[in-house]
This record gives sequence, C-alpha cells and structure tokens, in this order.
Amino acid sequence: MALLTRTAGALHRRPRLRLALLLTAPLLWLAVLYLGSLAVLFVSAFWTTDSFTSEVVKVWSTDNFHELFTTPVFRQVVLRSVGVALAVTALCALLAFPVAFYTARVAKPSRRPLLVVAILTPLWASYLVKVYAWRLILSEGGLADWLLKPLGLSGPGFGLPATVLTLTYLWLPYMILPIHTALEQLPDNLLDASADLGARAGRTFRSVVLPMVLPSVAAGSVFTFSLSLGDYITVQIVGGKTQLIGNLVYANIELNLPMAAALATVPVVVIVLYLLAMRRTGALSSL
Amino acid sequence: MEASAIRLRDLRKSFGDTSAVAGVDLEIRDGEFFSMLGPSGSGKTTVLRMIAGFETPTSGTIELAGQDVTRRAPFERDVHTVFQDYALFPHMSVEQNVAYSLKVRRVPKAERLARARKALAEVRLDGYGGRRPAQLSGGQRQRVALARALVGRPSVLLLDEPLGALDLKLREQMQIELKALQREVGITFVFVTHDQEEALTMSDRVAVFHQGRIEQVGTPAEIYERPATAFVASFVGTSNLLTGEAALRVLGESGTHSIRPEKIQVLKETADPDEEGHATAVGTVAEVVYLGDATRFLVDLDGGGRLTALQQNLDTSAEDVAAYRGTRVRLRWQRRHTVHVPD
Repeated sequence: MALLTRTAGALHRRPRLRLALLLTAPLLWLAVLYLGSLAVLFVSAFWTTDSFTSEVVKVWSTDNFHELFTTPVFRQVVLRSVGVALAVTALCALLAFPVAFYTARVAKPSRRPLLVVAILTPLWASYLVKVYAWRLILSEGGLADWLLKPLGLSGPGFGLPATVLTLTYLWLPYMILPIHTALEQLPDNLLDASADLGARAGRTFRSVVLPMVLPSVAAGSVFTFSLSLGDYITVQIVGGKTQLIGNLVYANIELNLPMAAALATVPVVVIVLYLLAMRRTGALSSL
Repeated sequence: MEASAIRLRDLRKSFGDTSAVAGVDLEIRDGEFFSMLGPSGSGKTTVLRMIAGFETPTSGTIELAGQDVTRRAPFERDVHTVFQDYALFPHMSVEQNVAYSLKVRRVPKAERLARARKALAEVRLDGYGGRRPAQLSGGQRQRVALARALVGRPSVLLLDEPLGALDLKLREQMQIELKALQREVGITFVFVTHDQEEALTMSDRVAVFHQGRIEQVGTPAEIYERPATAFVASFVGTSNLLTGEAALRVLGESGTHSIRPEKIQVLKETADPDEEGHATAVGTVAEVVYLGDATRFLVDLDGGGRLTALQQNLDTSAEDVAAYRGTRVRLRWQRRHTVHVPD
C-alpha cells in the first residue's frame, strides 16, 4: 500500500513520465506498424522486378511512376476510381440529408436514439453478406429487375452503376451520423431568430441550416470518399468487368510488387489532397 | 383614437395538461417601454413568444397595430426579438448578422452595409463588423443582437431577459443604455424580466405575471407603492406583510397589509407612540443585516408577526448596528404607507 502511494506520488510530481507511460504503447503501434508499413510501401514503389523471375530488384528507379502516368489504362482506372468515390459521396450526401433531418429534428426526441441505432444496424452485418445481397438484388431477374419491370425498365445489371449503388448503401451510415449530430445540435433559437428577422423556411435553410451543417457533410464525405476509393471487393462482386485502383493493386501483388506499391500510393495521395481540401471547410474540427 | 401597438385578448396557451398562460388581456401603447415581470414559469416568456409568433396560442387573439396576427408566421409580423442567449448566427460576421433582415428583404447591398454600420454605431460597436460573434464578449454580443433586431426598424421590439447573462456592473450600464436607445428610436419595447429592480428602473409601465395570469398592470410607482395583490406586494420589493391577528393588533383592522421597509423608522422603545397620522408597534430585533449603504432590521413584534425595516446608515456604522441585535425597539410609519392588499 505504502509502495503504491509512493509510486502514485512520484508519478504525480512527474507529468512527463506519466505521459510517457500512457503513450508509449500506442505510439509504438502507430509508428512501427502503421507509419513503418507506409514507409515500406513508398520505398518499394521505387524498386523494380526482374521481368523473368518476378523477383524484386532493390534498385532505385522511377520507372513504375513513369509507367503509371504514361499508360492510358492506368490513367483511366485512376480517374474512374476517383469518379466512383465522388459519385458515392454525392449520393450519400443527398440521401443522408433528409434521413438525418428526420431523425434529428422531426422525429420525437424520445425516439431519436432508437432511430440512430436503426441507422447503425447495417454496420453490424458482415460486409460480404451485404454485398452479396446486392448481387442478388441486381442479378438478372432479381429484385431490381422485378421491381422495375412494371415500369417497362430493367435493373442496372452488374457494372459501374451497380458498384456506385452498392458502395453508397455500404457507406451511407457514415454520412448520416455526422449530419444527424450537426442538425441535432443546431440551436432552435437560431431558426427562430431567422424567422423573426423575416426569413421564410427556404431562406432559413439556405442561410442558416446549410452553412452550419456543411462542415459535418464534409466530415462524412471524408469517410465515404476514402472508403470508396480503397474498396476493391464490391467492384469484383457487382462490378462486372469494371476495374478500380484496388483491383490493379491486387492483380499486381503477386507478379510485380513494386508496381502494386506504386499504384497503392495513388489513393494515399488523392486522399491526402482530399483531406487538405476538406480542412478548409472546417470538416476536420467537426469529426 | 390611435390603435395600441399590441393588444392581447384572453390569450391562453397550454402545453399538454399544463396551462402556461391562463387568460391574459393586455394593451401596450405605441412607443412605450413595457415590462413583463414575474418569476420563472409565470408565463411571461410564453406570452412574448406568442407575440413574436414562435408559439401559437391555444385560444385568444393577438393584434399588432390594430391588425389580427394571431395565425401569422413570425416572418409576417413587424416585430423583432432580442433573445436571452442572443441567438447570433455563428457562421456569419457581426455585420452579416446585423444586415440579415435587410438581406432577406432584398435591400441592395450598398444600402444594407450602410444601415448595418449605422446600427452598429448606435450600439457603440463601430469597427467590429468584421468579427465573428465568438470573438466578442457577452456585453458586445448583447449589443450585436440589439443592432440586428433594430436595424430593420420594426414597430415593436421584444426583449427576452436580454440582460440575464451579464454581470451586475454591465447589466446596470446596459439598463441605462437600453432606456436611452428606446427613447432615441421611439420603438415600442416589450421587455421580459424576472428582476423587479430592472423592471422598475427602466419601464414606463409594468405587468406583473403570476401563474399564467397578470396580477397588476401599472407604472413602477403604482406597482411598488400600491400593490394590488399579496403576490405583487411580496414579489416586487421586500415582502413585508402584516396579516390576520397581528394586523388587527397593530393597525386595528384585519386582512393583509403591506408596508415597504424603507418607510418604517426604527426608534427607541420609549419613543412617543402617539404621533399624528402614524402607526406604531413594539418588538425585539431578531436580526440585523448590514448592507453597506443601509441596514435591514428584522423585528419580531410583540403582537405577533415580523416586519423588516430599512434604515440609511447616516450616522451609524457596522459596529453600531450590530449592537441592536436582541434589543427592544419601536417601529413607526405613516399610516398612508400602509396598503391594504386584497387576498
């Protein structure tokens, strides 16, 4: 007991020691496993392979990046991937706003926690189960076809639209939650004040609600954008022949590891650029 | 005859089973500084919110300048509000906040800016237009809220406990400034407060609210000197009531009577009891509270009941008054200062 008290006292007098004990383990984890592997990724992107044996040759060269920028297929895939991520993000934002508006401001306050849980439940189900469910929905003669038939239409089938649709479904909760929180925290009296100063509902929405919720939309978009950009399984299951960056990385890992590493740096760079853009909106402080 | 600025007729508002406002009739004159005074939960804020249009009355009507606006939305009423916690838009600059009502009404940009600057100057905040509300102190935010509500020159300005969040010094300063501003712009001010001193110092007339009803409407002097009910007598100023037996013995009549503490003199027990036009009572000093500029004596009367007397510290100091504790005294006041209060 006395020892315990003495140790506690010693720690109390040495705030730096306390901090060191607290942070050493997580910092080691972060530095070695996360930043370390990221560093290896970057370095190996500048290596090459022996074209005959597929062995990695540890010689410094920028050939991989040169190839990346000059091969039309690679360029197309990168643009397509970014396009998919942007489309998913836009769709998520459009769908999430009315849902969040309902759960945060229209529904009875006593029901709101339940609704939030309901929004989160899809996240408890396995990713693969959900994607295969969408495969069934979108398959020929599946639910989508059956529902659209009376209108003289057919489902989108497998391909790029199916990929965007499925990814939108997967990441929607990550967009709804921050918007829900922002709308719930929006003080009622700001809406009263706007109406009091002569603004109708539309003007209040444009001038007060939207600008105050926008940082949270941007925060949600950080999730939807980066999750979409990194995904390569959904596109394999519902994307038909569509290829995204992830698929190219996956395809190159066995035969040309340095090329796979070079390809993998592309989403990292894109996401860093995206984060920098979002930081300007104040999104990072509302995460 | 000119229509009054605001006329409320049998206004009622219930939230579920609880009745927040239980029948309010009120007329507020054009250009008046009118206060609604009452404890929290007395319905004064709900009445204000109904005038602004944030709440719809359960029954009754609201007229603004002779027009029935009971069912109109807030943006259809020529009324602006200063909110208790200011409700400034945090994502806009001070200038954009102030110019908001003008922008909504599509006033051209140049005129908008000029009027916003003028409004900021009126509340002595020139040069603060570019800041964000978060960069201002409480008192400055208060002024921005005032400027924002006044810039559109509404016919009525509603103020919902606007000084509640300020410290005492600032509050006293703002009371004076508000009153001066109101005189300058000539707009009808409806001021909600639970602070009786604030209501008395600033208002042309005061309505005292209690349990969803108005107990009394009158000038500050009327409210203070001639309280119409026991509640008004106790809520405005220090409660000092003589009731039943005690009243019968001291005043010669039963019922409830109010005497303001500063009207009562504290004398030696042996002082002449029969001065013309005075009432008098003998008792023991139970407590002495030294207030700096004055001293409050709590006296238990021999005939029952307890009265508070307030004496200016003209010749006495803290030590002198402390010696009074437990001594016998005679209280004396002019009979005309005894106010019979209907139960």
